[in-house]
Amino acid sequence: MLKLENVDVFYKELQALWGVSLTVNQGEIVALVGPNGAGKTTILNLISGMLKPGAGEISFLGNPLARITPHRIVELGISQVPESGKIFTGMSVLENLELGAFVMRARQKRTESLQRVYEMFPRLAERKSQQAGTLSGGERQMLAIGRALMSDPKLLMLDEPSFGLAPILVEQMFEMIARINQQGLTILLVEQNVQSSLELAHRAYLLENGQIVGEGKGRELLSYESVRSAYLG
Amino acid sequence: MMIQSLGQNLVFGLLVGALYGLVALGLSLIFGVTKFLNVAHGELVMFGGYACFWAFSLLGVDPFISIPISMVFLFLLGAVVYRLVFSRTVKLPEESKIKNTLLVAFGLSVILQNLALNFFTADERSVTTSYAMKAFTIAGVRFPVMRLASLVVAVLFLVALTLFLRKTYTGKAIRATAQNWEAASLMGIDIHKVYLLAFALGASLAGVAGILVTVNYSIYPTMGLSWTLKALIVMVLGGLGNIPGALIGGLILGVTESATSFFIDSNYREVAGLVLFLLVLIFRPQGLFGMKES
Repeated sequence: MLKLENVDVFYKELQALWGVSLTVNQGEIVALVGPNGAGKTTILNLISGMLKPGAGEISFLGNPLARITPHRIVELGISQVPESGKIFTGMSVLENLELGAFVMRARQKRTESLQRVYEMFPRLAERKSQQAGTLSGGERQMLAIGRALMSDPKLLMLDEPSFGLAPILVEQMFEMIARINQQGLTILLVEQNVQSSLELAHRAYLLENGQIVGEGKGRELLSYESVRSAYLG
Repeated sequence: MMIQSLGQNLVFGLLVGALYGLVALGLSLIFGVTKFLNVAHGELVMFGGYACFWAFSLLGVDPFISIPISMVFLFLLGAVVYRLVFSRTVKLPEESKIKNTLLVAFGLSVILQNLALNFFTADERSVTTSYAMKAFTIAGVRFPVMRLASLVVAVLFLVALTLFLRKTYTGKAIRATAQNWEAASLMGIDIHKVYLLAFALGASLAGVAGILVTVNYSIYPTMGLSWTLKALIVMVLGGLGNIPGALIGGLILGVTESATSFFIDSNYREVAGLVLFLLVLIFRPQGLFGMKES
């Protein structure tokens, strides 16, 4: 479904990714794990078109992504939940969700998608006319995910969805991701929470200093000595 | 007698203030969405004024009828200026964007001034309609028709802009982009289109303001700076990018100026505005109605 081949990314002179290749297949949950600054978010921003590759190819369902603008990429069916949600705090919950369905393809299905998001997150339905800025941390994250789902994506990319949440909410968040996946959505997940994300993911890539240093089935990676010592202590 | 002339001053201040608010409305829309500090806003007002002047003197079009003409003309001018000049600064980080657009807009204001000087000469122009001198009196306080019409126009455009931003999908996309352009872009919003639209809309509001300046004051090629300055003061009073704040800020500036001429001396009215500007920057830099967090 999604394929990156030998991608390099530069921030001005500074190289952030070195020959990254990865694939995400239809229906999978793929996790990207690695320490801070390894380039996980860079990969997501690259796929969503916020960054352009210095070299290499990216394709999604056969469409090359490297030259097209972010809004066209959303139109193709990729939706990114950015780190810490980045919801529109000055707008109502409903307005946030409406904006999620901005692209033409999603606009026609708006009522339907809204219904689905409300079913998935009843809390959002209760607070639909409330300013998004008044929501709690967990609710904000729900809103960010709900907003991304409104665009009726084929691939959902989540950047640290558990960041800043209380432990009980983290658990719920991972259950939620599993549920969204069971409904047929392909997921690319970036997480600090290595244990939970490797348990959840079908496959995972290990990232260090802008390079992929390992890949495998989620639970397999968990048993690797290097992963255990580096992330799980 | 004293009460009456105090009332007259207050009314006059409010009526003038509405015009200040309208001038600031476009500037505030542009700044709020694009973070461009367009100090050539006064020149856009000037071009709006000339559109009204020529429509009146060549074709006999009533100034208030020429509002759509001026708006369309300024919308197109704004779109061209954005494409040619400002679109190049979009990718800069916010702080250097403000600095760079400040310089760019300053250059632009000189160019627009000289274009006007070249084509329209340095003559002062204004439009005087048959009803320009009409006024009515309530409780001894005079309400000039022209100024009152300006107030109505300013309020109408504020309401129209607010409804557009709150109720339409495009308006919501503009607000979303103003709040967080990265997230907006991830929603599939083409932020370059939004910037273009916001800039052109802000320019067309300057076009409306230009008409009101032409019927209440006069226009000439170098008038821009003083109106930019007023708009900047008003924008800071109302809070940067705060749309209703622009009108309220305008009214406050208008009343402050007229109160200064009444209680102190009319020579100090401009000074009063600047003092108010400094006080707000020192004590409430987020504006009188602005919130600390956007």
